Amino acid sequence: MKQFTYTITDPVGVHARPAGLLAKAAKGLDSTVTITKADGSKSAAATKLMALMGMGIKTGETVTVTIEGGNEEANAAAMEQFFKENL
Amino acid sequence: MILMQGKGVSKGVASGPIYFFQRPDTTISDAPAADIEAEKARITQAQEKSIDQLNALADKAREETGDETAILFETHAMFVEDEDYVDCMMNALTEKGCCAEKAVEIAGEEFAAMLAAMDDPYMQGRAADIKDVTRRILNNLMGLTEGGIDSQEPVILAADDLAPSETLQLDKSKILGFMTQGGSGNSHTAILARTMGIPAICGLGDALKQDCAGRTAYIDGETGQVAIDPDEITLGAFQAKLEKQRELKELMETMKGQKDVTLDGREMMVYCNIGSPEDVAAVQSNDGQGIGLFRSEFLYLATNDYPSEDAQFRAYRDVAAAMDGKRVVIRTLDIGADKQVDYFQLHKEENPALGVRAIRICLNRPEVFRTQLRALYRASAYGKVAIMFPMITSVWEVKECKRACQKVMAELDAEGVPYNKETEIGIMIETPASVLVAEELAKEVDFFSVGTNDLTQYTLACDRQANDLGKFFDPHHPAVLRALKMATDAAHKAGIWIGICGELGADLSLLETFLAIGIDELSVSPTSVLPLRAEIRKSIAKTCTLEKLEC
Repeated sequence: MKQFTYTITDPVGVHARPAGLLAKAAKGLDSTVTITKADGSKSAAATKLMALMGMGIKTGETVTVTIEGGNEEANAAAMEQFFKENL
Repeated sequence: MILMQGKGVSKGVASGPIYFFQRPDTTISDAPAADIEAEKARITQAQEKSIDQLNALADKAREETGDETAILFETHAMFVEDEDYVDCMMNALTEKGCCAEKAVEIAGEEFAAMLAAMDDPYMQGRAADIKDVTRRILNNLMGLTEGGIDSQEPVILAADDLAPSETLQLDKSKILGFMTQGGSGNSHTAILARTMGIPAICGLGDALKQDCAGRTAYIDGETGQVAIDPDEITLGAFQAKLEKQRELKELMETMKGQKDVTLDGREMMVYCNIGSPEDVAAVQSNDGQGIGLFRSEFLYLATNDYPSEDAQFRAYRDVAAAMDGKRVVIRTLDIGADKQVDYFQLHKEENPALGVRAIRICLNRPEVFRTQLRALYRASAYGKVAIMFPMITSVWEVKECKRACQKVMAELDAEGVPYNKETEIGIMIETPASVLVAEELAKEVDFFSVGTNDLTQYTLACDRQANDLGKFFDPHHPAVLRALKMATDAAHKAGIWIGICGELGADLSLLETFLAIGIDELSVSPTSVLPLRAEIRKSIAKTCTLEKLEC
């Protein structure tokens, strides 16, 4: 299992478009990717667009991204890159 | 050959196959389904079809309008594929044993409700996207065609009558002309047809039968005549008219680029009325000098929920920017009366034309008004936007509108958002009350624009929607024309301009009267610009008289 934390900088938070892109990107990986709010109150699989939106992650909030199974090393790096570019 | 006689409400001649408007039957049954596996397969099929459509739309949008719209469609496609959303449909099928339509409806409602309940206005706004996506899947399940016209070639659209929201959804590239059983010259079908510059005939009654579908019709929007499968003589007459129409069109081409000025040098501003950003293309191709009436209702009618500030801003900005510094008068929301929008949850009224409509809704619901004003002021940074308030009867209403504007401007100042501080504010003159207090109103605003349909309705106590008032509904009535003169005198006394944005503005038989009264601007459907210009250029303002006012 690999993990990293990321603080959202997109002014609208995790909105429809990046959530959609994230779901698409996560589907292409051979690991299970889970997004969890910093306080642990909510989490969702990164492949689930509506569930991600339903978390209501706002700008400035920190999330933990967990990568399990498959090529964890490479997939974690890809996810980190994705968050930096899109969120 | 079948001959029918209706009322011609939009000029022009057209021929083509008759197509009956399909009003979608959207009732979804609660009845249990016989074969759940078959229903599951139907959902999967509708889901795949929706994804294909959305990806095709995204590709088209990317070519035509750019990335932003394309991304919207792509996001919608991702919603359709969402695991939880699809699981929810499939679970509903298994648990409730219902049909595919019901299952899709349940999933749509559940997810729309989830987003609507979030504390973030952006996410709440996404509920409308879920509803839109759900509607698309349902349409595919039920075999309904978007745009209402399931035909490859352009048609003459026949209907009982069309509601405003229905006319908005039509695929206009497929319509050669309209014919309706009901309706009047002031119905929305008629107004749409005039904007599009295609013929329309209404009031055909029971003579217009469903079994005419597919047969070839010739229609003349001036005389109101319809001929289905015409004999040789009738056909000859229609073809001669089509030929003449083509010649006239060529003549009008020569008017492009010319000034709207009379022989003795009086200039007239000839502007256009539009109902959506799409219509800007028609304004440009007909060489309109500006937009005298941009009806903002399309934003409210085309959705199932209040349009967001950003969605409104984009629409206003696009039009303002496309008009490139030419004036764009945008009218704040004018619903109520004949234009009903469910989510406003307006009370049913005995006399909706005299009820809570237009500015009355805005003043009763400051939050709805504020959203629109913010969008308008933000758009003012991108072109020459002017804001116009409809249905004014009193000076206090105008003062209250101006206060709302000032509040919005102060907000934008505080947020550092750019806007034009000199944005013009005007009002519609549509009620006898506004004519009688026009001098006081003129001191408050930058311009007047007369809505002649409503002014006629309220002055003559004639319902503009009614089919059978005929000769009683007379926009040439001296009372209406005198009201125009009173409003014009009041405007000029205060040093502001006055225009006409109602249908009467394009009535060439009144042009001399308008010149004599001193009207400064005429806002007409885009296709009326060039014929009006040709007429203005033949007129001599000095010799025009007030004869039609009969005083």
